[in-house]
Amino acid sequence: MKRIIGHGLLAFALLAASLPASAALRILATTADWGALATELGGDRVAVYTATSALQDVHRVEARPSLIARARNADLLVANGAELELGWLPVLVQESGNPRIQRGAPGYFEAAAQLRLVEVPAQFDRAQGDIHAQGNPHVQLDPHNVGLVARALSARLAALDPGGAAYYAARARDFGARWDAAIRHWEEMAAPLRGTPVVIMHRDQVYLCRWLGLTEVASIEPKPGVPPSAGYLGQLVTRLAATPARAILLNAYNDPKAANWLSQRVKAQAVVLPFSVGGSDRAKDLFGLFDDTIERLLEAVR
Amino acid sequence: MHGIKPFAALMAFTCVALPAGARAADDVAALRAELQAMKADYDARVTALESRLAELESPPAAVSEPASAPVAATRAAAAAFNPAISLILAGSYADTSREPADWRIAGLMPNGGEIGPGERSFGLGESEITLSANVDPYFSGTLIAAVTGEGEIEVEEAWFRTLALPAGFTLKGGRFFSGIGYLNEVHAHAWDFADQPLAYQALYANQYAQDGAQLKWLAPTDFFLELGAEAGNDGAFPGTRREGNGAGGTALFAHVGGDIGDSLSWRVGASWHEADAENRAYEDLDQFGDAVLNAFTGGSRTWIADAVLKWTPQKGAPGRQLKLQGEYLGRRERGTLVFDTEGAALADAYRSSQSGWYLQGVYQFRPRWRAGLRYDSLDSGTPSIGLVSGGALPPEAFPALLPGDATRSTVMLDWNPSEFSRWRLQYAWDEARDDGDTDRQLRLQYLFGIGAHGAHKY
Repeated sequence: MKRIIGHGLLAFALLAASLPASAALRILATTADWGALATELGGDRVAVYTATSALQDVHRVEARPSLIARARNADLLVANGAELELGWLPVLVQESGNPRIQRGAPGYFEAAAQLRLVEVPAQFDRAQGDIHAQGNPHVQLDPHNVGLVARALSARLAALDPGGAAYYAARARDFGARWDAAIRHWEEMAAPLRGTPVVIMHRDQVYLCRWLGLTEVASIEPKPGVPPSAGYLGQLVTRLAATPARAILLNAYNDPKAANWLSQRVKAQAVVLPFSVGGSDRAKDLFGLFDDTIERLLEAVR
Repeated sequence: MHGIKPFAALMAFTCVALPAGARAADDVAALRAELQAMKADYDARVTALESRLAELESPPAAVSEPASAPVAATRAAAAAFNPAISLILAGSYADTSREPADWRIAGLMPNGGEIGPGERSFGLGESEITLSANVDPYFSGTLIAAVTGEGEIEVEEAWFRTLALPAGFTLKGGRFFSGIGYLNEVHAHAWDFADQPLAYQALYANQYAQDGAQLKWLAPTDFFLELGAEAGNDGAFPGTRREGNGAGGTALFAHVGGDIGDSLSWRVGASWHEADAENRAYEDLDQFGDAVLNAFTGGSRTWIADAVLKWTPQKGAPGRQLKLQGEYLGRRERGTLVFDTEGAALADAYRSSQSGWYLQGVYQFRPRWRAGLRYDSLDSGTPSIGLVSGGALPPEAFPALLPGDATRSTVMLDWNPSEFSRWRLQYAWDEARDDGDTDRQLRLQYLFGIGAHGAHKY
């Protein structure tokens, strides 16, 4: 009997140790990419919960009960920021009743706030479509941005969990070295892509295009967040006959219909990119995300 | 040419604004002062624009340098603290087969709310204005006002909420939609149909607003568990504004929720609400068909059970969602009913047990299209009216309380060109009236949101 109780206690202790509560920091990340980065930098000292998957459109997520519960218990909220999660994150933070992750608190971290954004609108008018006042928020597909965010996030982890400062610093150094090497490798690999004319789906592929030097000749969405009409797609066919594109870029979460339709009419292959960690089988982590993205692009223009 | 109009308007304004006697003497001085003020204002704006331009053109390093702050910058900074403002514009066209004025829910005491099919033809809905911001590190504040087509402004909600209470507590105070049930907190522009379910219309005159305080606690668990308690002044139906000290309108609620797999999320809840009514009057006809005013005094207790299930497929169906929801509301009232308060004023005991429920499903079958189906049902029960059972009056003296089973079936289709605009077509077969005959109601509705992005709850 005693042994059974002993085993039970041991099992319970093991279970308790395996629960996320045992980590020094509980992190709620809004996207899979920032969740993956938090895991890279925080290692065993953090328990990361990711609010969305790569197959979801992060613009259109709901402040579900399960997310409110996670927000309630989080020590750190890692958001993309720049209004990407505008439709649901403010509600989530409000409903969480958690003072640690309120905007402005040390436990509120925005990736985009660490970066200089492109496409800051000169004029705020929703007639321009789904524009974001602070600029294009889809920053994660330029790995240089990820590197910058990593530095700031590591500092934030150390500030929130001073006992682990040395641990976080060591992990950040290690990640930084591996990341810089990977960037050099990716840039070498992707050199042939420079100048390749492409059609993009949504403005969330802009940072990728800028990084790799892809030339955006057209966008399937006539305006950000506005789905194309048949008439607009017809115009695109004419336009792309004059200035042909080599590939049509598509994200894993997008509806492929319009891109496939266009692909059949212009001589350009539709390439489905993982877009986010978890967006393809190979994009298991941040390194896999870029490996896979570049390989798919190279294959499409080969 | 361009300058003349504002100048004329300015002159006209100045003339009207000044008292007649002082007009001639102050005219020139006032105009001069106004012009000076305008000039100063424009100068400040130009400076502000120039500084913004400079900021945009300069490299990022220069931005963070503490530049000497001109007056314009201070102004811009002051404006930066303005609350987030949003505005909802709504309107509709209605076509009903029966006269909307004689619409009434069979067997349930009228509550004086703006319920039912509304008026025929084109109609302007409520324009809803929301202002919200954080007050300081400890509180946030929100005002939601509705401007009616008749030009009245109604405070729908005006509350503060704590930001920094520990242990998952949140305190809210002021006027707010009570946290009971599921639909009670949802504002009209976010409803999935053009109107509330009959149960909410009959038992809460659409929705219950509390003038009081709410304490909520969110459990420190990985699944969602929320407990809430409220107290107020009983000011809204089924209560009446308290005259004594203390508080009424007590409400308790609990919500539990979570995910099932990647695609399903759910929330269920139970709520209890108690209210006191003092001379809660309603209009009726007596047994001779003459208008009388009756009144109820007593206690009202309501139970609500609510459930929502959302299916949002993660693969192969972007922008698709199925939302199923249902609620059951049950109410018991016990007290005194006064017949013809302004005439005979006969009083005796009154007791009722009534309930209502609805079930609805809304399917977003394409990213911009949604279709919905709803069924409503109400059970008035047979109230025990002392004046009738005691033989003082025949049952026909209380036509509004004659037992009835109101039902309604509704279908809707809406098209959402963007996140900020919605067009809805709704058709209902309404059998709420005591004769049970069907009223066919067609409604075309628009809803537009401008300004700050709205915050929608689950």
